[in-house]
Amino acid sequence: MTKNVPLIVIGAGPAGLGAAAEAAGAGVETLLLDEQPGPGGQIYRAIARSDAARRALLGPDYARGAALLPALESGAVDYRPGANIWQITPEREVYFTRDGKAQVLQAARIVLATGAMERPMPFPGWTLPGVMTAGAAQIMLKSAGTVPQGEVVLAGSGPLLLLLASQVLDAGGRVAALVDTTPRGSLMAALPHLPGMLRAPSTLKKGLALLARLRRAGVPHYKGAGDLRARGTEKIEALRFTAGGREYDLPCALLLLHLGVVPNLQITRALGLAHDWDPLPRCWRPRLDSWGNTEHEGIAVAGDGGGIVGAEASEHQGRLAGLQAACQLGKLNPADRDAKAAGIRRALAAQRAARPFLDRLYRPAEAFLDPPDNTLVCRCEEVTAGQIRDFVRLGCLGPNQTKAFGRAGMGPCQGRFCGLTVSEVIARARGAGMEEVGHYRIRPPIKPVTLAELAAMDPDDTGPEGGFDRDDAA
Amino acid sequence: MGDKQGMGETEYAVIGGGLVGLAVAFGLQREGRRVTVFDEGDVAFRASRGNFGLVWVQGKGVAMPDYARWTRLSAALWPDLAAELEAESGLDLELRQPGGFDICLDDEELAAGEARLGALRARLGGDYPFEVMGHNRLRRMLPHIGPKVAGAIYGPEDGHTNPLYLLRALTAAFTRRGGQIVSGPAIQDIAPLGSGFRIGRAPGWRAEKVVLCAGLGNARLAPQVGLDAPVKPNRGQVLICERVKPFLPYPTAQVRQVGEGAVQIGDSKEDVGFDDSTTPRVAAAMAKRAVRIFPMLENVRVVRTWGALRVMSQDGHPVYDRSQTCPGAYLVTCHSGVTLAAGHALRLAPWIAGGEPPVPYLESFSAQRFAVSPAA
Amino acid sequence: MPNDSPFRRLPEAGRRAVTIAFEDRTLPALEGDSVAAAILAAGIATTRHTPVSGAPRGPFCMMGVCFDCLMEIDGEPNRQACMVEVREGMRVRPMMGARGLSEGSADD
Repeated sequence: MTKNVPLIVIGAGPAGLGAAAEAAGAGVETLLLDEQPGPGGQIYRAIARSDAARRALLGPDYARGAALLPALESGAVDYRPGANIWQITPEREVYFTRDGKAQVLQAARIVLATGAMERPMPFPGWTLPGVMTAGAAQIMLKSAGTVPQGEVVLAGSGPLLLLLASQVLDAGGRVAALVDTTPRGSLMAALPHLPGMLRAPSTLKKGLALLARLRRAGVPHYKGAGDLRARGTEKIEALRFTAGGREYDLPCALLLLHLGVVPNLQITRALGLAHDWDPLPRCWRPRLDSWGNTEHEGIAVAGDGGGIVGAEASEHQGRLAGLQAACQLGKLNPADRDAKAAGIRRALAAQRAARPFLDRLYRPAEAFLDPPDNTLVCRCEEVTAGQIRDFVRLGCLGPNQTKAFGRAGMGPCQGRFCGLTVSEVIARARGAGMEEVGHYRIRPPIKPVTLAELAAMDPDDTGPEGGFDRDDAA
Repeated sequence: MGDKQGMGETEYAVIGGGLVGLAVAFGLQREGRRVTVFDEGDVAFRASRGNFGLVWVQGKGVAMPDYARWTRLSAALWPDLAAELEAESGLDLELRQPGGFDICLDDEELAAGEARLGALRARLGGDYPFEVMGHNRLRRMLPHIGPKVAGAIYGPEDGHTNPLYLLRALTAAFTRRGGQIVSGPAIQDIAPLGSGFRIGRAPGWRAEKVVLCAGLGNARLAPQVGLDAPVKPNRGQVLICERVKPFLPYPTAQVRQVGEGAVQIGDSKEDVGFDDSTTPRVAAAMAKRAVRIFPMLENVRVVRTWGALRVMSQDGHPVYDRSQTCPGAYLVTCHSGVTLAAGHALRLAPWIAGGEPPVPYLESFSAQRFAVSPAA
Repeated sequence: MPNDSPFRRLPEAGRRAVTIAFEDRTLPALEGDSVAAAILAAGIATTRHTPVSGAPRGPFCMMGVCFDCLMEIDGEPNRQACMVEVREGMRVRPMMGARGLSEGSADD
């Protein structure tokens, strides 16, 4: 018999912690599942075991995550880390494996707070060992206490790149170069969105301070860089690129990439929910109402998984989803819900006002959206941009057809790291819009699951209705 | 290649760009016809992209020996089709026909299988090869079977291929020979004209002949040209596991290892209407069965599950028909688009191109067989 | 141990030192490290060679998304090294192409 739970929150980052705290505070029995070993998501990674020195190094934007922990520490929320969630059905069954044991729970409501992942930044050589995301280096800094050292090059565009560079310097490390791929003219293009940005002045101030910090430290800053190629055989040895009309070849032992973050949509996609293309940040987001409700009854999304909003706004969205869940579960009347939500909504609006400026300023350079033919776009199945273009010439209209023709998106990452690129490449090759091209149809399991774990979900040995196909396997 | 249907003119309009449509279209183009395939967009109910990749003979046609004959003919023609497509596309279709096993977990299942195939053999005058193997004999050929496996039925003509490469190779070979694929919304309307047909809403395309290969879409299209295609969806689910080193040199009806090493597990059968999603319960039962057959798969990870809709006629057999009231309209529908691809491309298409019936029993596949007798 | 890792460890208090076996080497690590972090900090860049082309790969995202850090951990192939925390005596090996199958239990 499947166990029933009133509310399951998926993901223990700011949105999930906010949702769980708010719902549990209203008296909802709340289960919080997260695949990581500790709470905080990626932004507050390892916050629960970070000491004062680590928090000082990572700054107040990290340290504030500690304020989200009391609901877990008090036991108000049933928090289960290390849960590998592999399928969620529209009927709100949650399948996951924890401590080697597969299980299924039936939720009355689900809040998905699956956060963000790095936007793919494909260019020739980006698959070499020693090339990692900037987010990966930050995760190591937060969770393993390691700082990049030696020939460290940061490449790409976006605030996290500046923040990471500054943290490396603060920790006594060195940054060999900042290869900035933000296209020239981006600042001008973003200026119309400046008024919104000024509603969140601290964000702007922080950015300017980071830039000044790098300048003071004398970090070489190559602006308007393009034509990136990572060189090396067993691992990266150098980064080649052009900037200001010159060709560079920088020795490099560690190359950290960043091109902004995009929503992690594997679960909402696998649920078959409607997604809309957001042209400014160039990513998809699930269609949500102002409480985060999806079109599936009882399933809501909060935080960056519903469209990139940043950590603080994610927490606000989580709280709204938590209030709504409590209301729908009869633990909060609508008037109280709305009263509590009002202040949260104001704070959320101020946070979100800054996004259009940032999204436009840091729009990825065209070469990373539509990379050269010889670039691997599907890291798992090793499919190049040129092959995708060949499949379009053969008649493929969308990514599900190119997947069938060339396996792009069929590997273990299940299209997470190639989905956006493949659709962008197809769109340009066809001269079509992203809405028309669409995205991979994501099939469960959303994380690999062993046959034994799956088999454990058929305890009564019933088998499929209709029996197995004996005569007609085609 | 165009992605807007618009209007145009062609000799043969093939409706449906799946394995059935492309095999017929390739075969027609090969006969020197001018062919346009009308295909749906990126997201459609596509049996061709969710199937198991078996080129499978054993068990087909137990209730209709002509279907068994036709299946065996297609399987025998497969090496020719593969060689031709490989030469034209440069792709390796990974065709292997070493014989295949239908694995039985208990003696009852094994006995039932033997009885079924034995009856078919008798109806075919003894010309139907298969062998029943008990556990020990099977173990010598498939050393990794589990202790609970009772045995298997071995069909020496069975094999498998990579169905996705087949689809791509057919597309490449067809377009290379000058065939045209027009993609867009599903064709809903076909109108017979004084001579030929209008494809799609007016003004639409004009075609001299039309071949319906639209799978489940045929049910709606067929009556518009005086044909009957009583087909319904039947969902099959497939589990796809990570790549492993080669361990399974033969295809089985339950588990096969594909060219690049991934393990596929199939094949469920559900009558669920137009729903090609996957369900954990069915996946669990399939996983359990696979582990009973090959216990060492228990720690292998499933990376993807697939649901796809088979196109099933009432008796499960193909329907091939030519319209009596609208000359020039043909219907080709079946749920074994892989196994029958060679028959469709190399035998059925020449008939549609104007040749003689490829086999004396072609009439057996007419939808006339479903006509209800007037007695109540 | 000489270490040309592009990562340096910050002073750390409160986390217990453990050792893990990487092929025939012994690597230092700290409790709470992921396997991927521990091997990177020890100067190892490559976690696997792909089953497609044999190309070398290393940890890329460190958050369970990219599957480039797949390793054999305590006999179990294709585990995401960034999602597994180190334990004293853990045995870790890179994945060389497709995994094999072993009769009987996964722990050999």
